Amino acid sequence: MRGRAALAAACVVTSPALAAPGPRLYADLSAPKIEISYGYAGARLLVYGAVQYPGGKLPGESPKIAIVARGPDQQVTVRRKERVAGVWVNTLSEQFATAPSFYAIATTAPLTDLVDARTAAVWELGLGFIQYSPFGSDDPAAAGIFQRGLIDLRRSQGLYREDIGAVRVTDDIIYRADLFVPPSAPVGDYDVTVYLIRDGKVVSTIARKLSVEKTGFEARVSDFAERDALLYGLATVALAAAAGWIASLIVGRRG
Amino acid sequence: MDIYLPIAGMSVNALVMVLAGAGVGFLSGLFGVGGGFLLTPFLIFYGVPPAVAVASSAPQITGSSVSAVLAHARRGGVDYKMGMALVVGGFIGSALGARLFRWLQQLGQIDLAIQIVYVLLLGTIGTLMARDSLRTLRQARATTDKPRPLRRAHRHIGVIAGLPMRMKFPASGLYLSPLAPIILGALVGVLTVIMGVGGGFVLVPAMVYLLGMSAGVVVGTSLLQIVFVTAVTTLFHAVQSGTVDIVLAALLLLGGVVGAQYGARAARKLPAEKLRLGLAVVLLAFATRLVLQLTYRPGELFSVSIDEGA
Repeated sequence: MRGRAALAAACVVTSPALAAPGPRLYADLSAPKIEISYGYAGARLLVYGAVQYPGGKLPGESPKIAIVARGPDQQVTVRRKERVAGVWVNTLSEQFATAPSFYAIATTAPLTDLVDARTAAVWELGLGFIQYSPFGSDDPAAAGIFQRGLIDLRRSQGLYREDIGAVRVTDDIIYRADLFVPPSAPVGDYDVTVYLIRDGKVVSTIARKLSVEKTGFEARVSDFAERDALLYGLATVALAAAAGWIASLIVGRRG
Repeated sequence: MDIYLPIAGMSVNALVMVLAGAGVGFLSGLFGVGGGFLLTPFLIFYGVPPAVAVASSAPQITGSSVSAVLAHARRGGVDYKMGMALVVGGFIGSALGARLFRWLQQLGQIDLAIQIVYVLLLGTIGTLMARDSLRTLRQARATTDKPRPLRRAHRHIGVIAGLPMRMKFPASGLYLSPLAPIILGALVGVLTVIMGVGGGFVLVPAMVYLLGMSAGVVVGTSLLQIVFVTAVTTLFHAVQSGTVDIVLAALLLLGGVVGAQYGARAARKLPAEKLRLGLAVVLLAFATRLVLQLTYRPGELFSVSIDEGA
């Protein structure tokens, strides 16, 4: 999937570039890193940049832009509940090898107006066109049902988003979009990619890295829990026992 | 105020967690149940990943049980000898439970198995307790001045009385084999591991109806057993799955240990029969909720879990 997109990127960047120099994209993020500390409730970033046209000539129409922010891929199992003998139980399941942990796309216009299905699939533009790589069942129709279930669920959690019209363009050159990363989005390396689209084709792309990481106390706690699991468990039990004892001393005396 | 949970990887409202801990802690001190069967589903409902919810409830229950045990111990409401026998059994049961858990996991559908066992246990115990305490309350009202005969104390222990090596448990007012509490503790230990709860809601009725312990020490002794079982459970989860969130545990503890003190205080003011009726109502309410959850069409049919090590 990502490899495929990179390959497609290589093709597009080289072939039209030989014919005629196309417009060039510039992009940056308001911060390259999201630091998670104790009061973290998600982060709002600004993705912004500009389009440079060959010879400085404006094409006379506003550029069409899509911005994709994507978190690390995960292998997930999606289960579906069904009614069996009056009771709702998980019956069927499907696994996906490359479901993005976070995927937000912001565009200047509805995706169907920007690109056709084939282009959307090549570049993985839009939730319906991501390569989730289902495996586990041979039935593509069933996989489709589970894929929609996965998308709907993660949309409701704010992990998957399509923000149509959220990219604002100024003077046909400068563009900007807000990017919200919810607190439930996992830590890791994110890619923020900007696509310039003309006549249904991607004519230029640019990517920026975004890292989401724990800092300070939060980082130390999760390091501790991983490295010295037994000690961490003992510390938790000690904390619990101490809290109980102290409460008994303070509140209990008055009883 | 939002606080980020480093292990759960999400943020929660600190006040909500402290209050939830306080509420469960109060019930814990009042009834001698750990409250895990209420706290864990609440956390999952709030959006905490189930594995983290189960593992982080355990230290909260340890803490509020320590708090409540100390409160009860001040009034001589703990039978340490009986408690230790239960704890020994509990350790044996936990080890067996871990095996059984893995076996059920391999079979699949462990969630369903857990929920059905829950409903059956809660429903049966709740109904028995409610019926019994209502009958006693009615009798007590009919014959106000006559002291109630202690018939229950020795009625249910026919088989148990046959066990060898009988010894005295003065605090409980019993003369019976330590094998009885050890076996009981082991059964509760198995349940604890499989269902992720302290098992107080099984232990308390069993101590009253099966062992026939005197009412004054049931709650405190049950809590003593819960302290040890949940401490071991916390360690188990920390090492095995790494899903114990110490920040979440601290928030829950903050409310829990205080709530437990007030619960224990309220327990001393209420008559035992009313307490038993109260616990029966809580158990039945929870069983009803589980039945509804199983039989009503869920709002979300799909669930997603991230595969480990992928």
